[in-house]
Amino acid sequence: MNEMKQIFKVTPLLSKTKRSYCPGCTHGVIHRLVCEVIEEMDQFENTVIVVPVGCSTLAIHYFEFDTVQAAHGRAPAVATGMKRAMPSKTIFTYQGDGDLASIGTAEVVHAATRGERITTIFVNNGIYGMTGGQMAPTTLEGWKTETSPYGRDLVKEGYPIRMCEMLSQLNGPAYIARTSVHTPANIVKTKKAIRKAFKAQRDNLGFALVEILSTCPTNWGMNPVDSLKRIENETMNYYPLGEFKSVEGL
Amino acid sequence: MGDKILMKGAEVIGEAAVKAGCRLFFGYPITPQNEAPAYMAKRLPEVGGTFVQAESEVAAINMLYGASAAGYRVMTSSSSPGISLMMEGISYCAGSELPVVIVNVMRGGPGLGGIGPSQSDYFQSTKGGGHGDYKMITLAPTNLQEQADLMKTAFDLADQYRIPVMVLSDGLLGQIMEAVEFTFDVDPASLPHKDWAADGRLNREKHLINSLDLDLDGLEHHNEKLQARYRTIEEKETLCEDYHTDDAKVCIVAYGTTARIAKTAVEMLREEGYKVGLFRPITLWPFPVENLKKAVNNPVTESFYVFELNAGQMLEDVQLVVNGQKPIRFFGRMGGNVPSPDEFVKKIKEIY
Repeated sequence: MNEMKQIFKVTPLLSKTKRSYCPGCTHGVIHRLVCEVIEEMDQFENTVIVVPVGCSTLAIHYFEFDTVQAAHGRAPAVATGMKRAMPSKTIFTYQGDGDLASIGTAEVVHAATRGERITTIFVNNGIYGMTGGQMAPTTLEGWKTETSPYGRDLVKEGYPIRMCEMLSQLNGPAYIARTSVHTPANIVKTKKAIRKAFKAQRDNLGFALVEILSTCPTNWGMNPVDSLKRIENETMNYYPLGEFKSVEGL
Repeated sequence: MGDKILMKGAEVIGEAAVKAGCRLFFGYPITPQNEAPAYMAKRLPEVGGTFVQAESEVAAINMLYGASAAGYRVMTSSSSPGISLMMEGISYCAGSELPVVIVNVMRGGPGLGGIGPSQSDYFQSTKGGGHGDYKMITLAPTNLQEQADLMKTAFDLADQYRIPVMVLSDGLLGQIMEAVEFTFDVDPASLPHKDWAADGRLNREKHLINSLDLDLDGLEHHNEKLQARYRTIEEKETLCEDYHTDDAKVCIVAYGTTARIAKTAVEMLREEGYKVGLFRPITLWPFPVENLKKAVNNPVTESFYVFELNAGQMLEDVQLVVNGQKPIRFFGRMGGNVPSPDEFVKKIKEIY
């Protein structure tokens, strides 16, 4: 018998707590990627996460590093206070699209333009999950939600907001990228982007944000497989993947 | 230390905070307290501290939340409309048991109101202000020396009880100049390490700073714990001043700017033979209930007169203590108007 060789293990930075995310949700994958990067960069005991209000508020129990829960949308301001108090610590926010792109727009824009040395993981699934499927600022045209029951109408409800494109216009950010986790190849690319975003903080280069296109099978009313296909067929058409800003030396 | 320095009220707030060991200030411009952040913007870099002008008061209070979660002394200063914007964050600080110091240099409201001195945020600061069952220690200085001293008290109480503390100043105490002596100079490095802070879990278990609990019993238990702490604060931390209350036929109750005017009125009336005294709460929450009860039970005291720069807010706390046993009268000015001692003298003479 050939000798067995371990090629994968679950990162110890993820807690063993039972997750309460829905089947098919990609928070689990993104949590793992973030933890792997922090572990590989040897920042486990030097990191504090600021969690938002939304589905991922539940993440207060899912990480083994220190955790601070912020008010809705305010995570970048909370992270600013933490980083200014403790410049040598790794501070990152983990925010959904309602949190970051609607109620917290001012906080993320100003943290970005100040060039705060923080990292933001922005999970965009185009809908409010925790509150039961309301229209988000990122909901695409025609998508039916609890508060756009006839489908998002661009005349009545306006256009979906592209945060990466907006933020990359500012001078403060060192790294702005959009990735997806709908295929294994894209998961690998997402991890690389997350690593760059933490490296930007470690190397004192500026603000860094990775927007990760995600699913919400429960509130989209789709099974997990069709949800992943929807990212490929619909979401990515409006939210193109790529690096929007990456300063020299990163 | 030891020398008296002539300073403006808003700058006293800043220097006292530095001397109380605060090295982090986050704020947003609003009149009449702009000299406080301006002072800190200049002063903090001299002592290795950090000043950040936030994009809003909403962001500023959340920066306090973050810096406090990291275990550091931190403060902001604002005025009434800005304090309203901070109420969400203050509620979160209360829920997450984070010590923060907030200075409110009150101006007249409601809405944008004006920029003159006011005391119309008494309810907001002493009764909670934001959502949920919480309390905020509220300290009301009457002159700049006390404004300096209470800054240290504010940081000490905030740390001791892991609670937001408000220093309730006003447009007059923010803008006047008086001689001040700083009797303390705290080295931040000498402050005890906060063993609950989320500052990276090196060699210890994970720390969580949080106000969420979806378990009903868990959240009720958390509330009971906070309430028990509030009862301890009510029992131990009241501050007040009695001025000629022993033989007072009429006892004035006033705080802050109003109390300093009332004190002059008491002196003027006493010169004419009127037996008038002043009871001055320094902590507005916890309200000095037991001390005021002494005045209520004083057989020579026939009635109370509450003076405020509002329509009658502390009046309700006085009513709760007096509880119908003696008459209470009220006189208040609003909109940023400050009464003269003569106005108080006239009011007292009308009923004496």
